[in-house]
Amino acid sequence: MMRFLLLFSRQGKLRLQKWFTPIPEREKKKIIREMTTMVLARKPRSCNFLHWKDLKIVYKKYASLYFCCGLDAEENELLALEVLHRYVELLDKYFGNVCELDIIFNFEKAYFILDEFLLGGEVQETSKLVVSRSIEASDMLQETMEEYMSKPAF
Amino acid sequence: MSDVVEKTLSALPSLLSLDSQAGAGKLSPSSKLGNLIKGITELTSKHEEEKLIKKELAAIKEQVASPNTSMRQMKEIMVRAIYCEMLGYQASFSYIHAIKLAQQGSVLEKRVGYLAVSLFLNETDEFLLLLVNTVLKDLQSTNLIDVCMALTVVSQVFPRDMIPAILPVVEEKLTHPKEIIRRKAVLALYKFYLIAPNQVQHIHSKFRKALCDKDPGVMAASLHIYLQLIKESPESYKDLTVSMVTILGQVVGGKLPMDFNYHSIPAPWLQIQLLRILAYLGKEDQGTSELMYDVLEDSLRRAEMNHNMTYAILFECVKTIFTVHPKAQLLEKAAECIGNFVLSPKINLKYLGLKALTYVVQQDANLALPHQMTIIECLDHSDIIIKRETLELLFRITNAQNVTVIVEKMLEFLRMTSDDYSTIDLVGKTMNSVFSLGGDVMQPDIPNNFLRLLADGVDSVEDRRMRLFAVDSYVSLLQGETAQLPQRFLQVISWVLGEYSHLREEQDSGTIMRLLARLLDQRNTSTETRSWVLGAMTKLCSNPVSVALARDVCERYSGSLNTVLRQRAQELMILSQDTELRARVLPAEGRLEHLEVDSSLSFLDGYVSEALAAGAAPYKSPHQRQEDLAQEKALTLEPYGLSLPVSLSSCSVTDRLTDGLSPTLLSMSSGLSGNGTELSHGGGSTTLKLDGVKRVWGKEGYLAQQQSVEDAPTPPVQLPSPLLSPQRPPSQTQTPEPDQEKQQLASSLFVGLGSHNSVCLMGRAEPAPQHFRRKPRGGSSGASERSSDSSHSSRSAAVDNLLLSNLLDSTTVASEGGATTTTPQQTSQRTLDHTTSNGSPHVEGKEEGVAAGGSLSLIRGMVAVVLPTHTETDPQSDLHPAPHPAPALERPGDLPLTSHLPAELSGLARSELTPLCSDQDPSLALSACRVYKEDALVVLVFIVNNTNSTLHQMALQLTCKELEISCISGSPLKEVKGHSVSVCLHTVVMKRASVQVELAGLLSYQRPLGQPQAAQFSLSLSLKHFIRPLTVSTGEYGKMWLSFSHDLKQNLRLVTTEHQEPLTATLDALKSKLHLHIVDIIGSEGIVACRLLQGEGHGQPCLLHCRVHANTLAVWLRSPVPELPDSLLYHCQKALTET
Repeated sequence: MMRFLLLFSRQGKLRLQKWFTPIPEREKKKIIREMTTMVLARKPRSCNFLHWKDLKIVYKKYASLYFCCGLDAEENELLALEVLHRYVELLDKYFGNVCELDIIFNFEKAYFILDEFLLGGEVQETSKLVVSRSIEASDMLQETMEEYMSKPAF
Repeated sequence: MSDVVEKTLSALPSLLSLDSQAGAGKLSPSSKLGNLIKGITELTSKHEEEKLIKKELAAIKEQVASPNTSMRQMKEIMVRAIYCEMLGYQASFSYIHAIKLAQQGSVLEKRVGYLAVSLFLNETDEFLLLLVNTVLKDLQSTNLIDVCMALTVVSQVFPRDMIPAILPVVEEKLTHPKEIIRRKAVLALYKFYLIAPNQVQHIHSKFRKALCDKDPGVMAASLHIYLQLIKESPESYKDLTVSMVTILGQVVGGKLPMDFNYHSIPAPWLQIQLLRILAYLGKEDQGTSELMYDVLEDSLRRAEMNHNMTYAILFECVKTIFTVHPKAQLLEKAAECIGNFVLSPKINLKYLGLKALTYVVQQDANLALPHQMTIIECLDHSDIIIKRETLELLFRITNAQNVTVIVEKMLEFLRMTSDDYSTIDLVGKTMNSVFSLGGDVMQPDIPNNFLRLLADGVDSVEDRRMRLFAVDSYVSLLQGETAQLPQRFLQVISWVLGEYSHLREEQDSGTIMRLLARLLDQRNTSTETRSWVLGAMTKLCSNPVSVALARDVCERYSGSLNTVLRQRAQELMILSQDTELRARVLPAEGRLEHLEVDSSLSFLDGYVSEALAAGAAPYKSPHQRQEDLAQEKALTLEPYGLSLPVSLSSCSVTDRLTDGLSPTLLSMSSGLSGNGTELSHGGGSTTLKLDGVKRVWGKEGYLAQQQSVEDAPTPPVQLPSPLLSPQRPPSQTQTPEPDQEKQQLASSLFVGLGSHNSVCLMGRAEPAPQHFRRKPRGGSSGASERSSDSSHSSRSAAVDNLLLSNLLDSTTVASEGGATTTTPQQTSQRTLDHTTSNGSPHVEGKEEGVAAGGSLSLIRGMVAVVLPTHTETDPQSDLHPAPHPAPALERPGDLPLTSHLPAELSGLARSELTPLCSDQDPSLALSACRVYKEDALVVLVFIVNNTNSTLHQMALQLTCKELEISCISGSPLKEVKGHSVSVCLHTVVMKRASVQVELAGLLSYQRPLGQPQAAQFSLSLSLKHFIRPLTVSTGEYGKMWLSFSHDLKQNLRLVTTEHQEPLTATLDALKSKLHLHIVDIIGSEGIVACRLLQGEGHGQPCLLHCRVHANTLAVWLRSPVPELPDSLLYHCQKALTET
């Protein structure tokens, strides 16, 4: 299972962090620090997989943003790479040609999307429901949506 | 944008689409969060950022505390708090408000509240208890979104103790009509199972229902649980195998709805999950495995698209195939698949290929062989990750033969990487396995370098961790069974424990002392190891328990017969009693400071000059002494035997010190008082004592050469022998130099993987240098080309060869090195070549182009030696000069007799015919002839019946107690017809080396109408008939030299000729008369090797080190058996005197 997912910029600024297992605050900071230094030090076109303690680290750079996740030892690195890619696809669809700024300013949305995609460190959604079902679902939500659309958030 | 994403997105609970257009959710920079973010990005220093955030947090704090803040404002504040936390600033005051927001907010606000909770809190946080009720309420809500949010937060953070409170409601959701709810409920239960397995045990039947859910998404989610369950107890779920296989079959067959595809690959996540489950189910279970072979093959076959995801599936598939009960056909396909990974130009795939190899070589090390060259390339890869993975792979294929090379590589890697966890882990376990595997065969440099690595370096955290790792692993090793650990490893352990066990705080030194004391008591612990252990104890005895233990130990060892041990024990005794002194001698910190060692022992100068003034003789190096001794007694041909070399070891102290190795080696001179067995036990530890001699020969061969190859402190072990390289097939010499180096590296790394060659080089009829032996690779290796060549050129001899192949089966087997698939003709042909070349290396007669024969080659590992042409079709051309220099003055009668020579032996070197006891009975003539086969001496007895009558009841008996004789003539001869010749063949090898032996023969026969008669004869055989060349490389010679304990020195006369260097001339003379192999000649030194035939497939090596010194040849012989140097020296003397 995935232990954590970090998004950070080329300058090492954290843009999003998700921890799938309980980790003490101090340890989190240490991991973030070590991940950014480790990943940012990698040369372009080198291997996307790293080791850190007993975890596998899989990272990928999309534009100016690094997506980096830590996996259990038995996980499949290539699969994780595709998970990252899928997440980027989802963000891209939601924001429309997603860029780092979208995520900086709307990080909570990025979290929501992530929560629907990964749950407890496992891929929750491997597929999409049949169209009819998803229409059915959105119909049910219609009411609530309208209710909130009428009240601007900010 | 792909359809997939579109669909994926549509299934996100539609709240996300609240913002009617994509991107519309972008905050206006004028919002508070926008301002904060903008403010922060504009800052230039960390300090300013800190100031700004502090201000922000203060503002947030004030706002959340205000009763007037609405939930909507609270939601916005919470997002800002999340942002501050992400930047690393604690906003713990807001946690409670996040819970409040989740409790009280309406859907959108609740959502942010839950998000903040899941980001802020840990499972252990007490705040979470406040959330339980909210969650419970939301779970029971009729609003789908509330339920979804509650299930989501439950799967992320939920206090373990409160699971029972919500479990029934979550269980209920498993039957919810909406698949999204069912799916989330399954995942929530999965989470519960992970953190509190006992609490969900009763709902296993419901998991099964989820597995059969009509919605593939729910089914897929349930696989997470099953993977976990099956991993823990595969036995209980074997009945699921068929279902899993069916599901996988359907997925692979594309039976799932299209929207499960990912880049047109059918449900990859599902496939991988199923493959993993199958791996657990089929592991070590043939019956279950058989159920899945078909579907595994199917997934392997169908995954053909060139996409990362396909490779992910393939990788998992390969892993499964190698985990379940093996099926040859599948394994083959999977191995092929690994090949695709390894050879891929994509670095990620290459990495996974190496990983897969690492995994599979644990089952079959040979699988690494086809990828040798790729692995070697990866070893020098610019990406350190690839390099590391390669080392991991090498670690798995470490065996006694390649251990040295692999350790070199590990150390090299260590030197260039900054220490980190993975390195420590890898190196730690490697060194442990390396030491326990090959400790005793290792060169002393390796443990020394390892210790230096531990000791060197600043006292950084990593260094400490590495040392601690070593201490920990060694302590646990010592707590186990230690009798099997190699001595050298025990020494390393002692040193490390002595130096670093203080790092391990929880461990009192008493425990370690006890462990060490146990080592001391072990019977098979060598004296050298004992002194290391005592040294470690000296460093450790700090507390009263240890002191008591130390005293105990001291009492036992201060009476030891070994002076080194006694001294160590005394040191321990004194230091353990005097804490102050001990603190001064062995300060706890700063042990690692480099000690200045005066290797010239100049502080003794005063003493020496006093002694000289008092009339003492000046010091002579042991070598010098030895020579003096030899010169004084130049006439004594009887050597002094074994007592002499032992006295040599006294110089080893200085020798070690100048090497500047680990500090504790200081007093570790081996066996000052050692005896013969001690020396041989120490093996490599007793360094070659050649001071006074220019250090041309190092531990691993010729030193000058090593330095030119690599400047590293520990040079590569395998070196090309200058004698062998020119003989390499042209295809090899054309390859660029680095490539050749790589190939050599490959051969040294992968040695011992294929056919399991015995470690002992000597135990084989074919003493090919092992690291030159290459496995046949794609038919391109020089060796296999040659072999086909030779088989082609010798078709005409096929019939003879077939005969021979029966006769010499054993030789065939033994001489088969790399190539394994050969026709009988080829095989026998090769055997013949071997025999020819090894039996008579001095044969020079080049008779190319005679009859149909092409050039025959000797296949010996990687080296193909082109021999002078012999043709089996024309026996006349085979009359090589006999080993004796005297021209064969063959009597006319000889000629017919030689034609009776069995065809298979006609190509070999042989002696002239010796008449035996023909005068006893003129009607019967006996003569004998020796044929020098590679693995035996064949004695032929020709029985010529000169009368018309037939001889009956013939029986020939050869006896000699020093020889092992076995009859090899196909049919035991019974009768010899009139005027005909019969031949008896016997193979003869020496039981023990002796200068000369007498072979007694008795031939009994009966003439028609006569009494039984007998003819006696005797035949003398000398040692040189049993000596064969030993083809070794310089490097191997160096290693063997160190491992042999029986040695002998003698000065011999030099042969002088007009056109040759005296050394070359002398060695050539020895070579031609005694069948020795000249390994190398460098300057005024030469090294020569030979072996004594002994039993089938056995041989005793003898090494000669020759040096020109004051117009004599100082010869130093070494061998594992005591008699051999003696007898061989006699023959050397004789051979040189005769010249």
